Amino acid sequence: MSTVATDDHHDDHQESPYSIKRWLFTTNHKDIGTLYLWFSFIMFLIGGVMALVIRTELFEPGLQFVDPQFFNSMTTMHAIMMIFGVVMPAFTGLANWLIPMMVGATDMALPRMNNWSFWILPFAFAMMLSTLFMDGGGPAGGWTLYPPLVLQTGDALPFVILSMHFMGLSSIMGAINVIATILNMRAPGMTLMKMPLFVWTWLITAYLLIAVMPVLAGGITMLLTDKFFGTSFFNAAGGGDPVMFQHIFWFFGHPEVYILILPSFGVVSSIIPTFARKPLFGYASMVYATGSIAFLSFIVWAHHMFTVGMPLAGELFFMFATMLIAVPTGVKVFNWIATMWRGSMTFETPMLFALGFIIMFSIGGFSGLMLALAPVDFQYHDTYFVVAHFHYVLVPGSIFAIIAAVYYWLPKWCGNMYNEGLGKIHFWLSTIFVNLTFFPMHFVGLAGMPRRIPDYALQFSDYNMLATIGAFGFGFAQLLFLYLVIKAIRGGEKATSQVWENAEGLEWTLSSPPPYHSFTTPPVIK
Amino acid sequence: MSGNNWLKWLSAVSVMFAAMGAANAGQPINMPVGVTDISADVFDLHMIAFWLCVWIAVAVFGVMFYSIFAHRKSKGHTPATFHESTTVEAIWTTMPFLILIALAIPATTTLVAMEDTSDYDLTVKITGYQWLWHYEYIDEGVDFYSVLKTPRDQINGLAPKGDNYLLEVDKELVLPVDKKVRFLITANDVNHAWWVPDLAVKKDAIPGFINEAWAKVHTTGTYRGQCAELCGRDHGFMPIVVRVVEQAEFDQFLADNTTLLNDGAEYAAVAE
Repeated sequence: MSTVATDDHHDDHQESPYSIKRWLFTTNHKDIGTLYLWFSFIMFLIGGVMALVIRTELFEPGLQFVDPQFFNSMTTMHAIMMIFGVVMPAFTGLANWLIPMMVGATDMALPRMNNWSFWILPFAFAMMLSTLFMDGGGPAGGWTLYPPLVLQTGDALPFVILSMHFMGLSSIMGAINVIATILNMRAPGMTLMKMPLFVWTWLITAYLLIAVMPVLAGGITMLLTDKFFGTSFFNAAGGGDPVMFQHIFWFFGHPEVYILILPSFGVVSSIIPTFARKPLFGYASMVYATGSIAFLSFIVWAHHMFTVGMPLAGELFFMFATMLIAVPTGVKVFNWIATMWRGSMTFETPMLFALGFIIMFSIGGFSGLMLALAPVDFQYHDTYFVVAHFHYVLVPGSIFAIIAAVYYWLPKWCGNMYNEGLGKIHFWLSTIFVNLTFFPMHFVGLAGMPRRIPDYALQFSDYNMLATIGAFGFGFAQLLFLYLVIKAIRGGEKATSQVWENAEGLEWTLSSPPPYHSFTTPPVIK
Repeated sequence: MSGNNWLKWLSAVSVMFAAMGAANAGQPINMPVGVTDISADVFDLHMIAFWLCVWIAVAVFGVMFYSIFAHRKSKGHTPATFHESTTVEAIWTTMPFLILIALAIPATTTLVAMEDTSDYDLTVKITGYQWLWHYEYIDEGVDFYSVLKTPRDQINGLAPKGDNYLLEVDKELVLPVDKKVRFLITANDVNHAWWVPDLAVKKDAIPGFINEAWAKVHTTGTYRGQCAELCGRDHGFMPIVVRVVEQAEFDQFLADNTTLLNDGAEYAAVAE
């Protein structure tokens, strides 16, 4: 693997590339990136199976397969798995693989902590999943953990909270590492405004993580003391305030939404210029738009709580602030389209996923704008319209961007090309089924179907059936992705260093696969 | 991918959407206009926002698809090199602002009207329980619990499902037509949310809080809704049914039901 000779003592790990110790004790950014990405994929399968349990029960009206309590626990766990187990680790995996190569560094700034931040995760999620087998079942109060309901959880509650603390710990350490790497290890000459957008979006994401994960930690710790130590933070009977938890949760939760999407913007901003053979339009405005979105994310949280009974002034403030987010988000979409405009486009798999991202993420953005309007949100709130909205921004949004990133950088990582024909089929199957799953949810939501119910009235039956068919199709299509990735890792057409005709950036100056330690001598930045 | 393939896939996608449309003859796909002035305003706002999004999407994706079809390498298009334009960027930052302001004005007007609970004719206190509703006509001395009426056999697939499957209760909330009814909404155990789409009222029911909402229904009839905030195992099984009647019939309803006054004994029986 190593083409660059070094005398660095870390090199000894790669001499036993197949030993378990390599993975347990690794401090190498590429190995850790790989671990994060595989972990994310395994969680994607587990969270996906939970989604299919939900969709199977909802295939037709009536209770057929699962108990309502278990159904609630599936919706709760599906969300926790997908958010904390799939999207966040996948982005951290991409950050590990790419940021050192993109800024011209040898490795991440804090390699030992890097190892720890990954290896916390399998234990955290093992603990989270184990709660499904505990007395009283897994958490079933929704991933938002609203009290008083969440305090009715059985033995699972302390384990759920402890494992979420671990996940937060891992995220914060990952974020510190990203910031330390970006701020300290850039190659000479790479000023902040010369950094690739993926690096920029991750830098901002990392600050969001450090700002809000402790808020979540505080909120869930208060739940713990309410349950076990006699406090009444959220207990009205004891002088507490159940709504305060919602404010704390969404003060974390809304920036979290952007934690789940900003790195996608970075990925798409890398892919579009390559396949349009034209530089990214409006680089500076992309950076400022990302910063604006991050800032706004801190002042819009209560739009998740319009029905909670806020004063009119509060509702107006959060409505206006939320609507403002459309401006920087629009700027991004316009910039991507201007990048394509008068380019010379080709449509390899990463480009297809990036284009799918732009269109379907925008659909989620449009429904987001509709949801921002408080008086109408009273009708949308807690219905399948909301479910459709956030799945559009998360599945053909974040997940498509992650898949696009894997196709785009996989040849660089493993040195082999993936199968282009099958990759395109994977894209079209995913796109068709993702729309079949989530588009009908807009209809049932508007027609009055609340979310998080295991059984529903007869007028919602047709579209629920379609959504279930779509969900199974989408799930099985991802096995094709697994096959493609494994096949490319095991062999195939050799990739050149540049891989893509017009790819620009430091990572493309390294060999494919790149040396174990990315840049042992800093590259020269033009 | 060649042009032919594109067309093939595009037609596959359109067939899929057409199938989605055809699959449902008769099942609702949009928000109800409802039966209050407010619900009609909300519906209008919803449709304005929807069409606005559609037109923006057509314009933006139109440009994008034109570019995808015209500016492709297989057509021998050579790439331009431009990568910024302050004018264009200023325009597409300002334009959305103006559109948002246009949208914010009707939204604000409607919101202000919805939050104005003054000058009401009647007050109903609504309390959510796991998993039923309690209604109390505060000044009339009438109160009762309202529980799902759908038989267990229908839910478990042992009997054919009725027309109002899961949306039927033993005792409906009866309201007079054309009267401004104020709802005081709270809960006794965990959070619930009282939602009737036709009234455009959805408000969380939270222990320790009393939230206000109101509706002035202009058409008699029966309107159905559900609990909209996850409240535990049977969250999907605590529907809301509102029957709006003429004033005379409402008076009769009150007269007939004053005997329903209870001290919780009935709740205990119902909760069995």
